[in-house]
Amino acid sequence: MGSFVPATDHDRKEMLSAIGTKNIEDLFGQLPQEVLLKDGLNLPNGMSEMEVNKKMEGIAAKNTVFPVIFRGAGAYKHYIPSIVKSVISKETLYTAYTPYQAEMSQGILQSIYEYQTMICEITGMDVANASVYDGASAAAEAVAMCRDRKKNRAFVSAAVHPQVIETIKTYCFGNGMELTVIPEKDGITDLDFLKEHLDSQAACVYIQNPNYYGSLEPAEEIGGIAKEANARYIMGVNPISLGIIKTPIEYGADIAVGEGQPLGLPLSFGGPYIGFMACTKELIRKLPGRIVGETVDSNGKTGYVLTLQAREQHIRREKALSNVCSNQALCALAVSVYLSAMGAEGLKQTAIQCMSKAHYMAEQLETIGYSVVNQGEFFHEFVTTSKIPVDQVMGKLEEHGVLGGYPLTGERAGQILWCCTEMNAKDDIDRVIGILKEV
Amino acid sequence: MKVLGDLVYTKTHEWVKFEDETTALVGLTDHAQQSLGELVFVNLPEEGDDTTAGEVFADVESVKAVSDVYCPVTGVVSEINEELLDSPEKINEAPYEAWFVKITDITDKEEFLSPEEYEELVKKEME
Amino acid sequence: MLIFEKGQEGRTMTILPECDVPVSLPEEGSLRKKSMHLPQVSENDISRHYTEIAKKAYGVNDGFYPLGSCTMKYNPKINEDIAALPGFKQIHPLQPEHTVQGCMEVLKTAEQYLCEITGMNRMTFQPAAGAHGEFTGLLLIKAYHESRGDNKRTKIIVPDSAHGTNPASATMVGYSVISIPSAEDGGVDLEELKKAVGEDTAGLMLTNPNTLGLFDRNILEITKIVHEAGGLNYYDGANLNAVMGMIRPGDMGFDVVHLNLHKTFSTPHGGGGPGSGPVGCKDLLAEFLPGSMVEEEEGYVFKHSEHTIGQVKSFYGNFLIVVRAMTYLFMLGKEGVPEASKHAVLNANYMMAQLKDVYDMAYQGPCMHEFVMSLARLKKETGVSAMDIAKGLLDYGIHPPTMYFPLIVPEALMAEPTETESKETLDKVIAVLRSLHETAMTNPEALHQAPIHTPVTRLDEVRAARNPKLKHEF
Repeated sequence: MGSFVPATDHDRKEMLSAIGTKNIEDLFGQLPQEVLLKDGLNLPNGMSEMEVNKKMEGIAAKNTVFPVIFRGAGAYKHYIPSIVKSVISKETLYTAYTPYQAEMSQGILQSIYEYQTMICEITGMDVANASVYDGASAAAEAVAMCRDRKKNRAFVSAAVHPQVIETIKTYCFGNGMELTVIPEKDGITDLDFLKEHLDSQAACVYIQNPNYYGSLEPAEEIGGIAKEANARYIMGVNPISLGIIKTPIEYGADIAVGEGQPLGLPLSFGGPYIGFMACTKELIRKLPGRIVGETVDSNGKTGYVLTLQAREQHIRREKALSNVCSNQALCALAVSVYLSAMGAEGLKQTAIQCMSKAHYMAEQLETIGYSVVNQGEFFHEFVTTSKIPVDQVMGKLEEHGVLGGYPLTGERAGQILWCCTEMNAKDDIDRVIGILKEV
Repeated sequence: MKVLGDLVYTKTHEWVKFEDETTALVGLTDHAQQSLGELVFVNLPEEGDDTTAGEVFADVESVKAVSDVYCPVTGVVSEINEELLDSPEKINEAPYEAWFVKITDITDKEEFLSPEEYEELVKKEME
Repeated sequence: MLIFEKGQEGRTMTILPECDVPVSLPEEGSLRKKSMHLPQVSENDISRHYTEIAKKAYGVNDGFYPLGSCTMKYNPKINEDIAALPGFKQIHPLQPEHTVQGCMEVLKTAEQYLCEITGMNRMTFQPAAGAHGEFTGLLLIKAYHESRGDNKRTKIIVPDSAHGTNPASATMVGYSVISIPSAEDGGVDLEELKKAVGEDTAGLMLTNPNTLGLFDRNILEITKIVHEAGGLNYYDGANLNAVMGMIRPGDMGFDVVHLNLHKTFSTPHGGGGPGSGPVGCKDLLAEFLPGSMVEEEEGYVFKHSEHTIGQVKSFYGNFLIVVRAMTYLFMLGKEGVPEASKHAVLNANYMMAQLKDVYDMAYQGPCMHEFVMSLARLKKETGVSAMDIAKGLLDYGIHPPTMYFPLIVPEALMAEPTETESKETLDKVIAVLRSLHETAMTNPEALHQAPIHTPVTRLDEVRAARNPKLKHEF
C-alpha cells in the first residue's frame, strides 16, 4: 500500500494519550453505526510507487500520440518554450494555495497582476480577472455579466464553437436568461437576422472571431448593430490571432473572452485549460473571479492584494454575481511565461506563421480537389469539402501518424475543419498532400 | 457618535431629511459608518426607480463585507448622489452630508425615530 | 520589480524558425493597429524573475499549511511525473475514440473508484473546481424537478455555517436561499429544518463534517426530513478527507455530491488552481449529467445522455488533474483511503488537545479533521484579534489557519493539519501558537504590527478597493 502518512506506532500512541482516547476509531464516535463501512471499501489494494508508475505508464501507452496534428476545433498544438515548464514546475509555485495571506504570497499575487496586464495588452481592454476555467465557461460568465432587470436575452452566433454555445445554454438554464442563436449565413453570423431580431430585451451579442470555421466575422458591423440596440458586445477571440488581427477594443467590444490554451498549455486531452476575461472600465465590478490590485504596505512599499472582493461569493454569498472561487492560477502562470518568452514580436510571428501555413495548405488541398468552403478571410482554420468519405481520409492519415482535420457533422457532414499552426512544417503539409493524393 | 437634531432616523440606521411633505434625502448615520468601517463602494439604484418603505434599495461595501441599506419611504428616486460613486469615503468623513438619493412622490413612510429615540437605540445596541 | 520593468527594448528569445511558406496576412481592415506591450526579455531574465517570485511565495512544499476546509495535504511527486507523460499530455481532446482508450480508462476507473468512495452510481469529471461542481450538482437537481413537472420547488436550504460558494451557486441556478441557524452544538437545528422544508424545497446543501469540523450525528434524520418533503440532498465534498473510507455520503442519504480533487485527492493547488470538482450522483439524476460519459462496451465509448443538462465547460474536464488523482488512488487503495482520514482526524484532535488550555475552542468534544478556535475572549481581554495571531504566525514562517470563517464563530481561526504532517511538525507549530498567546497576554502591541519579517507588512486593502489599480500602465 502506498502511503503518505508519516505517523508511526509510537507517534500514534503519544498522540492518543495526549487526546485521552484509546483508539483512533473512538474519534469517529459521532458517525451513525448503521452506515459505517465495516468491511471497508470494495476497492483493490494500494500499490507501491513503482507499481503505480508501471500501471499508469501502461494506461498512457494505450493512447496514440500523433507526431503531426492538423486538428484544432478548440484545442491547438503550439510550440511551448522550455522555460514555461521550468517555471510552472517550481514546487513553491505549484503547491501554494490562493494567496489569502498577502504578506507571504506577494510572488503569486504579483504574477497574477502581471498576467492581468498581459491579457489587457493582447486584447486591448482596460481590466482583466485572474482567469476562469476555460474559454467556454468564460463566455457563459461574460453573457451572465450582461444581465440586468430589463434585459434578459442573450444573442449568440451559430458560428461560435458548438461546445461554447452548449455551455452558454447550460448556464442560461441555470440563471434563467433567454438565448437566441443567430443563424450563420455563408459561414459567418447572419447580419440581417441580427438586425431584425435585436430588441430592447437584448442584454448582449456574443460572437467568436475567428469563428468556429476559422473565418473572420464582420466584427465592426456587428458591434455597430449591438450598440444601436444598447446591447453589450462580447467577443470570444483566439489569443494567438491577436498577434496580427484587430483587437476586441478596436471593434468596440465591451467584454473580451477566450480560450487561453494556445498560450503555453499542452493539449492535455481537454484540460486543464484557461479562460481569460477582460472588459472595459465601466464593467469592472461585474467581472467575476479573482482580481489582484496594487497597493502599499504600512511602510509605503508597493505590494499586491486580492481586491474588489465584495463582488465575490465569500462576501456576497447568495447575492454574488457568480460563485467562482478557484481560478486556473498555474495555467495563468504558464500563459505569463509564454507571453514573456514570445514577446509581442514573437506572438506576431506565431500568428503570421499560423495564418500563412493554413493558407498554403488550403491552396495545396484545392489542387487535389478539396474545395475550401470559407468565403472571405480566414485565420489558421478553414473548412474543405472531401472527395472521398471522411473516415477514409482520417484512417489513411492516421496510418502515417497524422491527425487530420476535424470531421464536421450535421448539415456540414462530409466537410473537414483543418488547422495549421507554426508547428506544421511545409514538409509535413506537402507530405499530407502526397498521402491524400493517393487515396 | 453624532446625531443631528433636524433629522429623523430609522431602526436600521438611516437618516431622513424631509425637504417638504413628499420629498426627502436619505443617508447613513454616523453610528452606521463607524460600525461598517472604511467604505470602498456604494451600489445605488437608478434615477426613476421605485422604492418601497422598509425594503433594501442600496448597499455599501467595505473591504470584507457588504451591508444592505433600507429605504425609509415609498416613492421614486429622482436623483442619486454620483459623488459617492467615486468617493465613498465621504460617507465616513461626513455622513450627514453624504446623501444617497433624493426621493420624490412619497406616499408612505416607515415609523421614524426622533433624534433622542435614535440615540437611545444606539446606546442600547452598544451594550 | 514587475517583469515589464526588466529587459530591454529589442531583446528577444529565438523560439521559432523562419516561416517556410509564403506569408499570408489579413487584409488592411482586419489588421491589428493597437500597440501591444509584452516583456522584451531573455530566457535568463525570465528564469531569474520567477525564481524571485517563488521566493516570495509559500507552498505545501515550504511548510505547515493548516488552512481549514482546504485540505493542504502533501502533493506526491509521482502525480507530476505521470501527468507529464506524453501519452496523457499530448493527446488532442477530439482524437478518434480508438486512439484515446487510455484516457477513457482513466476517466472510467476514476469514476468507479470515486463512486465506491462516495456511495454514488455515476460521476462526471467535467466541472473544473468545487464551486463549478456545486453549480453542476444543483443544475442536476433543477433538471430532475423540472422533468417531473415539479415547478414549485424554488428554494435551497443551507446552514448558516455554509461556505459562501453554496448560496452563490444556488443563485446561479435560479434558486433562492433559506439559511437556517445552527443548533447550540454546531449541527443542523432539526426543528429549524422541519420548519424550513415544504413544497417549495428543491434541496438541502450540506457538508458533513461541517465547516466547524464537527460531524452531525443527526445526518440520517436530516436527509430523511428533506426527502420526505420531496427535496434532494446535496453533499459538499470539501471535508471528505475526514471520513473517506469510514462512511459514504451515498449511505447517509445524499443524492448528489461534488468532490475537490485538489483537496482530498492530493492534486496540487497551483496558487489558486487548476482544481477539479467531479460530481457524483445516484441513478435518479444520472440521465441529466453533463458532457460525455465513458461507457464500457467493446472498449470504451463516449455517450451523451438524451436529457443531459448540456455542458458546464468544454471537453471532459481538467483531465490531467484526474490523472493525478487516479495515480494517488491507485497508491492508496482499499486500506490507504481510510488510513488517510483516520490520521487526518487524529492529527486535528492532537493539535486541539495541546492548545485547548490556552485558546478557546468554539465547540467542546472531539473534532473531525479540523477544529475552530474563537479568539473573541482574547480580543476582549488583550485587544489581540484572530488577524493579529495569524499575522504573528507569518513572522515564524508558518502559514496561518483560515481566518474569520465560518462566519458564525466570532474571531475564528480554523485549522486543518491533514494526515501528511508529522508529529514533530505539529509539536513545533503548537509551541509557536502557545508562544504567540504568551505575547498576546504580555505584549499585545507587538502583534498589532505583525508581520514584520515578510517581504511586505500589512497592506492597505481599503486603498486597493477604493482606487483599483489592476494592471501596469506602460
